[in-house]
Amino acid sequence: MKLKIATLAVGAVMAAAPVMADLVFPSLSYRTGPFAAGGIPFADGYSDYFTLLNERDGGIGGEAIRVPECETAYNTEKGVECYEALKGEGALVFQPLSTGITYQLIPKSAADDIPVHSMGYGRTSAKNGKVFSHVFNYPVNYWDGASVGVNHFKEQAGGSLEGKKITLLHFNGAYGKEPIPTLTKLAEVEGFDFNAIPIDYPGQEQKSQWLQIRRERPDYVLFWGWGVMNQVAVQEAANIRFNMENFMGIWWSGSENDVIPAGAGANGYKALQFHNVGSDFPVFADIQKYVVDAGKAAGAGDQVGTVLYNRGVYAAFLAAEAAATAQAATGNSSITAGDMRDAMEALEINEAKMAAAGLPGFGPTFTVTCENHGGGGMAAVSQWDAASQSWSLISDFSASDSSIVDPLIMADSAAYATENNLPERCN
Amino acid sequence: MIYRESGDYSTTYAQDSQTFPIRFDRYRFYAVVFVAYCIIPFIINDYWASAIFVPFLIYAIAAIGLNILTGFCGQVSLGTGGFMAVGGYSVYKLMTSFPDVNIAIHVLLAGLITAGVGILFGLPSLRIKGFYLAVATLAAQFFLVWLFNRVPWFYNYSASGMINSPERTIFGYIVTGPSTEAWAKYLICLVFLTLCAVLARNMTRGTLGRKWMAIRDMDIAAEIIGVDPLKAKLSAFAISSFFIGIAGALFFAVYLGAAEAGDSFGITKSFLVLFMIIIGGLGSIFGSFAGAAFMVLMPVLLKNVLVGQLGWATDLAAHLEFVIVGALIIIFLIMEPHGLAQLWRLAKEKLRLWPFPH
Repeated sequence: MKLKIATLAVGAVMAAAPVMADLVFPSLSYRTGPFAAGGIPFADGYSDYFTLLNERDGGIGGEAIRVPECETAYNTEKGVECYEALKGEGALVFQPLSTGITYQLIPKSAADDIPVHSMGYGRTSAKNGKVFSHVFNYPVNYWDGASVGVNHFKEQAGGSLEGKKITLLHFNGAYGKEPIPTLTKLAEVEGFDFNAIPIDYPGQEQKSQWLQIRRERPDYVLFWGWGVMNQVAVQEAANIRFNMENFMGIWWSGSENDVIPAGAGANGYKALQFHNVGSDFPVFADIQKYVVDAGKAAGAGDQVGTVLYNRGVYAAFLAAEAAATAQAATGNSSITAGDMRDAMEALEINEAKMAAAGLPGFGPTFTVTCENHGGGGMAAVSQWDAASQSWSLISDFSASDSSIVDPLIMADSAAYATENNLPERCN
Repeated sequence: MIYRESGDYSTTYAQDSQTFPIRFDRYRFYAVVFVAYCIIPFIINDYWASAIFVPFLIYAIAAIGLNILTGFCGQVSLGTGGFMAVGGYSVYKLMTSFPDVNIAIHVLLAGLITAGVGILFGLPSLRIKGFYLAVATLAAQFFLVWLFNRVPWFYNYSASGMINSPERTIFGYIVTGPSTEAWAKYLICLVFLTLCAVLARNMTRGTLGRKWMAIRDMDIAAEIIGVDPLKAKLSAFAISSFFIGIAGALFFAVYLGAAEAGDSFGITKSFLVLFMIIIGGLGSIFGSFAGAAFMVLMPVLLKNVLVGQLGWATDLAAHLEFVIVGALIIIFLIMEPHGLAQLWRLAKEKLRLWPFPH
């Protein structure tokens, strides 16, 4: 018991960290565990972009940026600990990079008045700003992804999916289950057979799933995987000689880490993206110059230009733009989390802003409104070329089928609103 | 010297059979209860509640539950995570189906439902023992998690299979949901823990506990002296699952607020609670507390020291955490196989004699 009290005393001293008047963008990262392969490049990109702003521009609007990092290991309990530890430091926005942790933060964020940005993950129906005041999932969500993916297959099949079979191979958790309602609905509308095959965490063993795919011979496979699960799936698909043209991952299953281990077998594997790929943008030269060469990179500095690094940069860019919007709106360089939330709700991303940040044509343009926290729902399809070891976009950014997705979002958010007795906003 | 029993005379049977017969122990216990109820709730903040106290209190309940089954009755169980899931999902279904009923009643009902499930999965223990029983309970773990993932009724048909705990109150104070004050969160867990610990302590000192221990020490001999193994084993499973169910219900409703079966109640939970009772001490209520404190506080403490104070990289600290906690577990098992509870007992022995060596 004495030991416990002593431990508590030591902890108390540590919990009382100094609060500085910087712009604080906490990074809930995971550099350990089975999903580290995805977590490391994202965290590096997120942090490096803010370091670049500090080094090159002196922060945002003259205000220095601080990016405290907290390791979650994709574990919800550690996520809670990180959130509680960082919210006291004046965090402006949380980006948990985990659908499970996002679900926990959704109710907390409204109570604490700190916005959550779950970019391309999290609860899809958070797009409905009338119900979810503090959660944003722009520019795209999983249901958009499912819809764009099916549209691509439809095009590939010559305009009709009638009588085709589409299988969803997914992580057996909140993240992987998200697209099932949309795909079930799409199956009714488009007339294809749909079935879902779950993979349990962490997914290093997928022999039985791929045996099932071999037996059922689906025409197309959609894949919602993450971390080590991706490499295994691509390798297994190559092993059974599944036609890679017909195998498409969500944006979290389409990085270099996922396809390189399968070698030439991965050639032609497709993945959805909501931002551009490659390192052919001015911002990466700046990052190289101001951050990596200066020895200030968050990680080893070897991830610059990879798909997930780019996503981290994109997430940081969107956060920085929102912070700048908040500064312009309040006329004050030091902003609060509440200002940040208001700015995110009024965020507009256009070509000029992207070009100014050194990211011309990097993602689709979109605007966020009080009703719509999800942006335009635009995604593109990318394909892996094993010979040149690179991803490239093979389609333009196209919108999802909103006649399918929107009613589902309304239904799911309405269910949440009744369960929690939430009044409707934006009226 | 500091700690002695001489001069403590019992003049009634009640005095002789009280929980803490030594006066010093008793006062120490009152002091801890006083601090826990009358001081901590006034100084606690969100970080302390959510990151340290609430998980510690909830895991302590789960550890007491598993300790009854494994430590006192000798039945190894790897199904703790699954039974916690039963508690969590039961309380969710009850909360959403009967919103007007008090949450405390729901938590108790969730415990009872888990007790029923525990009895069901305890049936194989009448035929099989040891490792084989461990494997049977492992099946319970996987089956239950699979069930809660597979059947949409359990998560009210939500799109992603996550369950969210809505806001509920006790005496007008919010105890679940995002607006819960730190002290309310802490107190509801503390009250349940106190009730469970007192109940467990008294059960293990009475007939029931002696029967369990007889079964643990040698089941055939126990049967010969008149212990009914059916009743003893199944009651251990039921009561253990009742506690674990309460822990699971609080874990979901008060601590996490949102959960999903595979992530929050996976096999790692079963091992974590098992490690707690092994490190804390099998067959000891104090051991359950010590083990829970060790496994919950150690990683948080290490993280705060390594990252917060020394400023190390988070991944390096996280890896080192594994190494240190793992090494400590091994060292404990080698140096003190009976756990922290035994260390405490030894410390008391020494203190009794201090300052004399013999």
